[in-house]
Amino acid sequence: MAKPVEQLESVVIRFAGDSGDGMQLTGGRFTTETALTGNDLATFPDFPAEIRAPAGSLPGVSGFQLHFADHDILTPGDRPDVLVAMNPAALKTNVRDLPKGATLIVDTDAFTDRNLKKAGYEANPLEDGSLGDYQLHAVPLTSLTVGALKEIDGVTAREAERAKNMFALGLMSWLYGRPTDSTTTYIEKKFAKRPEIAAANLKAFSTGYAFGETSEAFSVQYEVKPAKLPPGRYRQITGNAALSYGLVAASKLSGLELFLGAYPITPASSILEELSKQKAFGVRTFQAEDEIAAVGAALGASFGGGLGVTTSAGPGIVLKAETVGLGIMLELPLVIIDVQRAGPSTGMPTKPEQGDLLMVLFGRNSESPVPVLAASTPGDCFYAALEAARVAIKYRTPVYLLSDAYLANGAEPWRIPDVSALEPIPVDFARANGSEFLPYKRDPETLARPWAIPGTPGLEHRIGGLEKANETGNVSYDPENHDLMTQLRAQKVAGIEVPAQDVDHQEGADVLVLSWGGTYGPVHAGVRQVRARGRKVAHAHLRWLNPFPANLGDLLRSYDRVLVPELNAGQLLQLVRARYLVDATGYNRVTGKPFKSGEIADAVEAMT
Amino acid sequence: MTTELKLTAKDFKSDQEVRWCPGCGDYAILAAVQSFMPELGIPRENIVFISGIGCAARFPYYMQSYGMHSIHGRAPAIATGLAVSRPDLSVWVVTGDGDSLSIGGNHLIHALRRNVNVKILLFNNRIYGLTKGQYSPTSGQGKVTGSTPMGSVDYPFNPLALALGAGATFVARALDIDKPGLTEVLRRAATHRGAALVEIFQNCNIYNDGEFDYIREDKDARTYLANGEEFGSTGIVQDETDFATAFSLAQLTWEKDGVIPLGVFRDVQKDAYDDLVAAQLANARGTNDLQALVGSGDTWDIS
Repeated sequence: MAKPVEQLESVVIRFAGDSGDGMQLTGGRFTTETALTGNDLATFPDFPAEIRAPAGSLPGVSGFQLHFADHDILTPGDRPDVLVAMNPAALKTNVRDLPKGATLIVDTDAFTDRNLKKAGYEANPLEDGSLGDYQLHAVPLTSLTVGALKEIDGVTAREAERAKNMFALGLMSWLYGRPTDSTTTYIEKKFAKRPEIAAANLKAFSTGYAFGETSEAFSVQYEVKPAKLPPGRYRQITGNAALSYGLVAASKLSGLELFLGAYPITPASSILEELSKQKAFGVRTFQAEDEIAAVGAALGASFGGGLGVTTSAGPGIVLKAETVGLGIMLELPLVIIDVQRAGPSTGMPTKPEQGDLLMVLFGRNSESPVPVLAASTPGDCFYAALEAARVAIKYRTPVYLLSDAYLANGAEPWRIPDVSALEPIPVDFARANGSEFLPYKRDPETLARPWAIPGTPGLEHRIGGLEKANETGNVSYDPENHDLMTQLRAQKVAGIEVPAQDVDHQEGADVLVLSWGGTYGPVHAGVRQVRARGRKVAHAHLRWLNPFPANLGDLLRSYDRVLVPELNAGQLLQLVRARYLVDATGYNRVTGKPFKSGEIADAVEAMT
Repeated sequence: MTTELKLTAKDFKSDQEVRWCPGCGDYAILAAVQSFMPELGIPRENIVFISGIGCAARFPYYMQSYGMHSIHGRAPAIATGLAVSRPDLSVWVVTGDGDSLSIGGNHLIHALRRNVNVKILLFNNRIYGLTKGQYSPTSGQGKVTGSTPMGSVDYPFNPLALALGAGATFVARALDIDKPGLTEVLRRAATHRGAALVEIFQNCNIYNDGEFDYIREDKDARTYLANGEEFGSTGIVQDETDFATAFSLAQLTWEKDGVIPLGVFRDVQKDAYDDLVAAQLANARGTNDLQALVGSGDTWDIS
C-alpha cells in the first residue's frame, strides 16, 4: 500500500560522510533528479582539501547541501531539514547545524567503538538520548547494502560496502519522490566497463528505494511540486562550468581563438579541465609549469591575436601580478579569473571568501589600473565571463573577473541562453593604411590603442614594459610623457562603459544593502526575510568594482544608512567610504562558509 | 615562405638608436642576426623577437620585425603562448644568463622539455650587466663582483648540459664576434622544427671584460664541431643524435681541457609541441555548436 504523501514547499538536505564515501557524487545525483523534477534549487558542496583524510576522522568529513523548492530560491539554505550522516564524524561535525525537529538519518553500522572514538564521542549518541531533539532514523545502511549485493557475482565485500551511498541515494529518492531514470542511466554509463560494479550500484540504489517504500521507519513520503520559474529550457550548472562556457561563447562571438594558460589550483582547476574538452571549438589549453608561465603564455597568445585567458585562485593570482602589470603597459586584451578562496597564503583551499578584491585592484607596482568585475551566481558566471572578454577586447586591457569557491562548485537551475541572441564582440585588428603606424595612438572614444598582430605587413613594431612615448610607443624617459601616459592609462579604465547601477528599492526604505560577487543569493534571501517581517530595505548588488557605475555615489547618498556585507574584513566598505565619503557600515564574516540568509536578515533588521 | 622576397640586413634594422655600451659583444650579435635574417626568406611581419630583462633583452627594439621586450625571465613562457597559437610565425627568444638561468630557469627548461618551436638565443656573458656587475649563475666560483667582494661561493650552471638534461632537441654554441660560426649555428637552429637553444659567448667589456679572450683574441683557438668527426684530439667523435656524446662535449672547458667546442652539439627530430597541439585540435571530436554546448546534459522544460 502506498504511503501517504505530504506536501512541502521547500527542503534542505545535507549528505555528510567520509571523503571516500562518495557524498559529492550522491549529492550531485540527487541534484540532477531534483532538477528534472522542475524544482528550483541551490547546492553547496563543502569538502576538505585533503583527498582522503584518515577514514572516520573529523577533518575527513565531506558534505553536500541541497536546497530545493516549489518556488524561486536563492541559497542552499541556512540549516538542513534533513541530515544524512554516514558515520559518527559526519554526525559530530554537522549536527550542530540541525534545527530542532530536523530529520536525521544515520548509518548505524558505522557507529562502531573505533569510529566513535575517532570522532571524539565518549558514548554512542544513538543510544545516550543526546539526539532527542531530532527525528532519528537509525538504519544499518552498510549491512543492508552488503546483504542485497551478495547475489551479484564478482563484487568484493569492499566494493559492496562502497555502494552504500547509492543505497542512501535510493532511500532519499523515495522519500522525496524523485525520478530515478537519470541515476539508472548514469550508473550504467559510468561503470560501462565494469558491468558487475554497475549491477552492484543499481541494486544498492533500488534496494534503498524499496527500503523506503516498505520499512515502517518511514511512514510518510514527501512531495515538493515544481517551481514556477520563467519559461524556457533548463539545465543545472555550476559556476565553473558556466564560466568555461562563457569563455567559449566569447571566443565564438569575437571570432578570436581562445587560449587558456592555467596551472592546477583549487577551486579553479575544473575550468582548465572543462575547457580542455572543447578543442572542437579551437580552444587551446596550456597547463603551464607555473602560474607565471600560465599568464605569460596567455599574454603571448593575445599578442598574436588570440583571446588570452588565465584562471587561478588567490595564491596563484599573486604570482601573476607582474605579468598583469606588463599587460597594462602593453595594452593588450587579457582575462584573469580569480576563483577566490579563504586565505591568506594557502588558507582553506576549498572554502569561499571575498578577500582578493583589494589585491586585484591594487596588488601591483605603481599606478596600474585594471577593470574588475564579479559574478553573482553560478549561472551568472557565463555572462560575467562574456562581459570580461568583451571589455578586454574592446579596451585592450587586462580584466579581472572574480568568482569564488561557493559559485565555482555550487549548482543551480540555469535557463539555457539562446546564443543567437548574444551580442557579437567586434574585433578590429589594425591594417596598414599607407600612413605611419603609431602603435600607441588611441581611439578617441575608448582610448584603446590599435591591436596590430604579427603577420600584418607594414605594421612591424616593438612593445615592452618600458614606458612608452605617447602615440609612437618608443621607449621614453621624458617626465611629462610619463605623467601623461599614467593619466591616459587611468582614463581608459575609468572610462569603460559600465551599466548604471540598478537597485531593488522598496518604497519608504532608508536602509540600503550593498553587496558584490558571490554573496548575492544569501544577501538577497536575507533582504527578502526582512521584508517578510514587515521592514523596508533596498538592495543593490554590484557587478563592476572598477570602474564603479557612474550613479553609485548618488545612489549611496540617497539612503540614510548603508550596510555592506562581505566575506572579508571590509574591502568594498573601504572603497566606497574612501571614494564617496559615505558612512557605510560593514557586516563582515570570514568563516570559510557562505553567509546564512538569517544572519544577513538580523544584521539588516538591526539597522532598520 | 616566398622566394620573391628581396630583403637585406638593412631591412631588419629598426629606426631605434642602439644603446649598448660601446664595445659590447651584443653589437656583433645584432649585426650577425640582421645579416642572416634575409636568408630565411620569411617576411618581416612573420618574425617575432621576444625578450625578458637585461642588456640582451633590448635586442627586439633594434630589429625591424614584431617584437616584445617583456619581463624578467618570462620570455620563453610568453613565446610559448605565441608560438602555440600562431604556428605560422617564426618566434625567437633573446635572453641572457641571468634572465634565462636564474629568474627564468623554470620557463627555459619547460620550453625545452615541451619542444616548443622557438629559437632561444642565450647571450652568456657570465655577469649581471644592466644592474652594474653582480655575479650571475654562470659566473665561475671565486668570481669577485659587486655582490661578491670575497669571491662567489656559488657553483655555476653549465647552460648546455642543463639544456640537454631538459631534453632539448637542438643545442649549439657560438661566439659573439665569430660571424661565420654564429651564422652557421643560426642557420641550423632556424631550420630545426622544435626548440633550439643557442648559447652565445658574449663579452661584457664593462663588468666582465676578457671572459672569452682565449677564443675571441685567437681565431686559431676556435674549434668547431663536425658531425661524424673527432672533436680536436679529445677522442670524442661527434654524433649530433647521441645524447651521451653531446653531454660529454658540453663538459669540456678551456680551463680544464684547453679546448672548447663551438657549433652544434645536438640536433634530433622530435614532434614539436605546437604541431602536437595543432594536431589534437584538428582531430578533436565533439561539438563546435555553441547552442549544443550550453544546452548539454540533462535538461527540462518549464512552460
